[in-house]
Amino acid sequence: MSLTSTEADGAQIVTVNAERIDAAMAIQFKEDMRSETESGPDRVILDLSLVQFIDSSGLGAIVAAMKQLGRDRRLDLAGPTPMVEKVFRLTRMDTIFTLYDSLNDAVSANKS
Amino acid sequence: MTETFACSFKATEQSARSCITTVMEGLRAIELPVDRAGDVQIALAEAVNNIVEHAYADRSDGEISIRCDLSPNILEISISDSGPPLPDGELPAGLPADVSGPLETLPEGGFGWYIIRELTCRLQYERQADGNLLSLFFDMPAQNG
Repeated sequence: MSLTSTEADGAQIVTVNAERIDAAMAIQFKEDMRSETESGPDRVILDLSLVQFIDSSGLGAIVAAMKQLGRDRRLDLAGPTPMVEKVFRLTRMDTIFTLYDSLNDAVSANKS
Repeated sequence: MTETFACSFKATEQSARSCITTVMEGLRAIELPVDRAGDVQIALAEAVNNIVEHAYADRSDGEISIRCDLSPNILEISISDSGPPLPDGELPAGLPADVSGPLETLPEGGFGWYIIRELTCRLQYERQADGNLLSLFFDMPAQNG
């Protein structure tokens, strides 16, 4: 569906090509994340820059995607738009995930 | 002066999405300030999702009606459904979800009422003869003119 995947600097970048991660697509998103990240680099960067809106179902699906990666891999978030950033902040999920302003920031953080 | 906008739709996740989009377009048309639109959309989506997932959990023919009244200082969004009452007949406390635990226990849900309470200035619930009426109130920034 709406995920595409590339690799850069040892990280897997998964881009969400959808304007919304909401209740109508949360389950699909979780399943697609599972198949996209079944194998691959330990670090996964989820590029959210095209996502204009997320609800708590979508947020739950991103949490689930992180759990699916297990303890030895990590999920970082890049490019949250204002509404996405707000939902993460309200629910304090911004303390669980590392949110980078842009995909470039997220990728270059990997080098240091 | 109060501007009003109303619509109703079938309670499925897919039509919830188009409903929320429709309401937001309607609100823009009655000149909801742009900087409040994000909060309104987030809270509205949580309220509508709750109805689809809980009040109408067992049926797909449920109807949800939404009415928006925008006055200079406040926006009221009234959402009605004909499902069973909220648990204990009252609004959930909406405590923040606990994010302090290890990875395995992080919450994947239970954020909705907390988000609604954080984004609204007032919340009102009324059990009516044949359904529920939930009203979300949002402060509107003072405007010139």
